Amino acid sequence: MSPEKLIYQANQIARFFHSKPHAEGVAGVAEHINKFWEPRIRRQFFELIDAGGKGFDEFVLEAAPAIRRPQADAA
Amino acid sequence: MSLIQEADYGTPASKAEKQVKLTVDGKPVSVPEGTSIMRASMEAGIEIPKLCATDMLDSFGSCRVCLVEIEGRNGTPASCTTPVGDGMVVHTKSDRLDAIRKGVMELYVSDHPSGFGEKAGTGASEFDHVISLVGLAENRYGVEGRNHVGADNGDGVAPGNGSLTIDYMVKDESNPYFTYDPSQCIVCSRCVRACADVQGTFALTVEGRGFESRIVASMNENFVDSECVSCGACVQACPTDALREKSVLEKGMPDRSVVTTCAYCGVGCNFKAEMKGDDVVRMMPYKAGKANHGHSCVKGRFAYGYASHPDRILAPMVREKITDPWREATWEEALARAASEFKRIQTKYGRGSIGGITSSRCTDEETYLVQKMVRQGFGNNNVDTCARVCHSPTGYGLNTTLGTSAGTQDFDSVEACDVMLLIGANPTDAHPVFASRMKKRLREGAKIIVIDPRRTDLVRTPHVEAAYHLPIKPGTNVAILTGLAHVVVTEKLYDEAYIRDYCDRDAFDDWAEFVSDPLYSPEETAKVCGLDDPEMIRQAARLYATGGNAAIYYGLGVTEHSQGSTAVMGLANLAMATGNLGKNGVGVNPLRGQNNVQGSCDMGSFPHEFPGYRHIAIDSVRKIYEDLWGVTLDKEPGLRIPNMLDAAVDGTFKGIYIQGEDILQSDPDTKHVAAGLAAMECVVVHDLFLNETARYAHVFLPGSTFLEKDGTFINAERRINLVRKAIEPRARYADWEATQELARAIGLDWNYTHPSEIMDEIAATTPTFAGVTFDLLEREGSIQWPCNEKAPLGTPVMHIDGILRGKGNFVRTEYVATDEKVGPRFPLLLTTGRILTQYNVGAQTRRTGNSVWHEEDRLEIHPHDAEDRGIRDGDWVRLASRTGATTLRALITDRVATGVVYTTFHHPETQANVVTTEFTDWATSCPEYKVTAVQASPSNGPSEWQIEYEELSRQTRHRVNVEAAE
Ligand code: SF4
Ligand code: SF4
Ligand code: FES
Repeated sequence: MSPEKLIYQANQIARFFHSKPHAEGVAGVAEHINKFWEPRIRRQFFELIDAGGKGFDEFVLEAAPAIRRPQADAA
Repeated sequence: MSLIQEADYGTPASKAEKQVKLTVDGKPVSVPEGTSIMRASMEAGIEIPKLCATDMLDSFGSCRVCLVEIEGRNGTPASCTTPVGDGMVVHTKSDRLDAIRKGVMELYVSDHPSGFGEKAGTGASEFDHVISLVGLAENRYGVEGRNHVGADNGDGVAPGNGSLTIDYMVKDESNPYFTYDPSQCIVCSRCVRACADVQGTFALTVEGRGFESRIVASMNENFVDSECVSCGACVQACPTDALREKSVLEKGMPDRSVVTTCAYCGVGCNFKAEMKGDDVVRMMPYKAGKANHGHSCVKGRFAYGYASHPDRILAPMVREKITDPWREATWEEALARAASEFKRIQTKYGRGSIGGITSSRCTDEETYLVQKMVRQGFGNNNVDTCARVCHSPTGYGLNTTLGTSAGTQDFDSVEACDVMLLIGANPTDAHPVFASRMKKRLREGAKIIVIDPRRTDLVRTPHVEAAYHLPIKPGTNVAILTGLAHVVVTEKLYDEAYIRDYCDRDAFDDWAEFVSDPLYSPEETAKVCGLDDPEMIRQAARLYATGGNAAIYYGLGVTEHSQGSTAVMGLANLAMATGNLGKNGVGVNPLRGQNNVQGSCDMGSFPHEFPGYRHIAIDSVRKIYEDLWGVTLDKEPGLRIPNMLDAAVDGTFKGIYIQGEDILQSDPDTKHVAAGLAAMECVVVHDLFLNETARYAHVFLPGSTFLEKDGTFINAERRINLVRKAIEPRARYADWEATQELARAIGLDWNYTHPSEIMDEIAATTPTFAGVTFDLLEREGSIQWPCNEKAPLGTPVMHIDGILRGKGNFVRTEYVATDEKVGPRFPLLLTTGRILTQYNVGAQTRRTGNSVWHEEDRLEIHPHDAEDRGIRDGDWVRLASRTGATTLRALITDRVATGVVYTTFHHPETQANVVTTEFTDWATSCPEYKVTAVQASPSNGPSEWQIEYEELSRQTRHRVNVEAAE
C-alpha cells in the first residue's frame, strides 16, 4: 500500500491509544500491530521506520521496538 | 417427505403458571389459567371449527362457528373468547351446536364463490375445511340474494377506484406475490389484525358496516400502492382464499415441506419450504421458529424466485484472460485449473501470494471449510470475510469491554424491555421481523430513543412515536455516546452496585473522569453532532439510565465508521454503567446484516483468528488444529480484504478464491477493488450469478442456494439454525462440496460426506461450540452458543451473574472527527443504507418480483438542499466525491436533515460505492461507508465511470456456449 496510507493507518491506531496513560498506550499500539498486521505490512512499516519514520505519531515511533520484525521468509 | 402441518390452537398460549383442570367431551385436560376453551380442547386433540380465530392472534369472537356448551351455563358461548375454568365440563358436539354451525356456514356459503359452484380458490382453504367439518351439504338460501360474488352489476369496482357501496369488487392482483379477491372475503378481520398485531404496519382496515363492510388497504388503494410492506402475514392469516399466494393459485397446494432457515438477513427466520416435487410453491414461516415465531418479511417469504432464475450459472466456466469470453467447462477441468494456478502462483510468488474470502451468506460449515483450506492447504492466514465490511468493530469493541464479541441477548428479550436505544440501525427495513417485535413492545408502552441522521420509520410509524430522535450528523456517534455518558456520570445516574460487583473499578473511575470533562457536556456535544437542543441529550440519557430495563440495538450505522470500534465500546460502557446487562430486556444487541454474518465470524473467517475468536498466535490453540490437520500452521496474521487488494496492486498477491461474495460491489472504493482484482493472475469466483466481481475472474464455479444444501446459519442472537436441503444442488455440488473438491484438487485429503461431520469437527475444536451437534439441533430446533458442558442447551442471555471478561472494562472513547470532511467542493455528507424489499447488493432480490418496489437506487435530499441546487424530485443528479462520481435520480424528502444525503446500494448501475472513500475503522479496517463528503448537482446522464464500466461489462461478461472441451 502507499506509504501515506500505511502511516495514516498506524496513526489512526495511535490516536485511539492516546486516551490511555502513556506507557499503556504505547504498548497498546505495539500489541495491536503485532496482532493484526500481516508481515508484509510490518515489513513496509519497518522500511519507513528505518528510513527515519517521518510522519508517524510519537506513540507509533515509541512502539516500534516492541513490534515484531517479520522474518525474511514469512509471506 | 410429507407436508408439515403445524397445529393451529386458535388462540395464543397463556403464560400463566397456575394450571386449570377441565374436561372436554369427556377428556380431562390441564392447561394454564387464561387459556381459551378452544385451545384447551385442541390440546386434548379435539378440533373445534373456527374461522375468525388463529393462534397467532388474540381472539375476536365474530364468526360464531366455534360455539360450545358448558354444563351449568346457559347458551352456547364462543370457545375462542371464553377462558377455561376449574372443573368445567365442556361439550363441543351436540345436535344444537351442529345446527347452529351449519346455519352460520350456510349463510357464508350463500355469498361465496363456492356456493355458486365456482372454483375461485384452492378448494383447500380453512374455509373449505370448516365446511366439511360442520358437515354442510346444502345451501337453502340460494345465491340470488344481494351478494359480493356476482359481477352482474357492471364490471365491478376496483379497489381505490370507486365507492364501497357497490357490492362487487374486482380482484386486486397488483401485489406481485398475492391476490386479494374480495368476493371470497368473509370479513373475519384476521388479516386486519395480523397486519396490526403481528406485523405492526396497520395497512388494512374494515370499511363500511354490515353487508357493506370491506377489507381495504390504506385509503382504499391497490395493495401495491398502499402502505402494505408485503410481509404476507395477512395472507397467512386469511382462512379463505381471498388473500392467497399467486404461486399457490398457479401451482396448486404443496404436497411436501422441509423446515429450513431464511438466507436473507440476520433475523434468521425459520420457514417451511413447501414444495411440489422440486418446485417451491411457497415459503411458510414456521411457528416453532424461535427467532420469528411464525412471522416473516417479504424477502424470506416471497423473494426466493432467484433460485430458479435463468441468470443462474449452472456449469463451471474458465478463461485465460478476463477479456476472453467465458467457456463452459466440466467441474474437473475448472477445479484442476484453479488448483494448478494456485500452485503455480505460490511457487512463483511465495506462500502468502494467495488467499480466500468466506461468505456471510453461506453456511457455517462452508465457511469453516474455506478458512480451513486457506490455513491447512494454502499454508497462510489470508482469509477474510465481508463481515469485515460490516460488523468487525462489534467483535473488537465488545471483546475489549465485555470479554466476548457475542451480542448479549436473544430477540425474545425485547418483551421485557422498557427503553430501547436504537442507534445506526433501521430495523423496519433491514431486520423487519425483529422490528415487528420492537413495535409490538412499543405499543405495549416501552419507549424508544432513536439516534440516526435520518428520520427512520421507528421515529414515527402508526402507534409508535420515539420519545427522542437525535438526528446527529453522520460520523458523530462517538461524540453523542460520550455525551450521553457525561450526563449519566455527572448526574450520578449510574448503577453503583452493578459497577462495584461486576466491573473494574479503576477502569470505571478513569472513564468517569474522562466523560465528566465539560468538553463532553450536552451543550458541546450538541455542537459537534449538529443538534439544536442539548436538553434532549440530557433527557435521553436520563430515560436510558432510569427508565427500567434498557436495551441498546445497533447496526451498521455504528460500525461502518472510522471510529466504529470506539463507538461499540461506547455502547458497552453505557450498558455497564447503568447495569443493563445480564438479564432479560437489556443488553448490547448488534443487528447483524446478512443471514450468516455471525456464523462466518464465529467460524474463523478473520485473518488473525481461528473459529471461536482465538488468536492464531496462541500456541495451544494452533496445536489443536495442527494435531488434527497434520500440518504446521502459520502464526503470523494474514491479509485483510483491503490489504489483499493493496498487495495485489503492489504485485505480491496474485490469486484468490471468493465464495459467495461480490466484493467489487459491496466493498468501498470500487476503483481500488477493481485495480486489485485486475492485478491478480487467478481469481476464482464461486457464486450463483455472474456477479460484478466475476468480471475479473478466470474460473467461475457455480454456487448453490440455501434450498440446495444442509448446514447451519447463525443469526444475530447467536442462534444456530438448521438449513435443510429441499432440492438437489442444481449445479451438482452444494457449496461445501465444491470447496471440498477444490481442497482435494490442491492435495488435501478431505472426506466429509455430510455437513454434520464438519460441525462435529467444529465442536471438537471450539470450546463455545463444544456441545453442538446436528442431532441436538434437530431435537431442540435451534441453539444459541455458547453451548458446552456449562450450558448444554445454549445461552440465550450472556453475562448473567457477572461479565464474561471477569470484570467489565470501561474504555475512554475520545471522539476523533473523521478525516472525510465537508468543504466548499463537497459540502454534503452522504450516508448509505438499505431498504426492506432489497437485500445487500441485490443479486438475489433484483431477480425477484421485489423489484416493483425498488426499481433503482435514489438519492434522498432535503428540500432546501435540492432547491439550492435546482434539483427537482425525480431529476437525474450527479453525485460526486473526492473518489468518484455516479448518477442517480433524486428523491426529495425531509427524512434527511439539510446537509445530509442518503442512498442505498442495491443496484450495480448506481455503483454508490464508486463515491465512497477508502477510510476505514482504525482497529478493524471496516470501511467507512456511512460518511462521505459529496456534492450533488443536476445532470443529464450517466457518469464517466458508469460509461466506462458499461463498456468493461460488455467486454468481460460475454460467454460462449460451446460444449466443454477436453
Ligand atoms: S402483506 Fe403484511 S403489510 Fe401488507 S397488508 Fe398484509 S399484513 Fe399488512
Ligand atoms: S429476510 Fe430476515 S426478517 Fe425477512 S424472512 Fe428472512 S430472516 Fe426473516
Ligand atoms: S372462531 Fe370463535 S368466534 Fe370465530
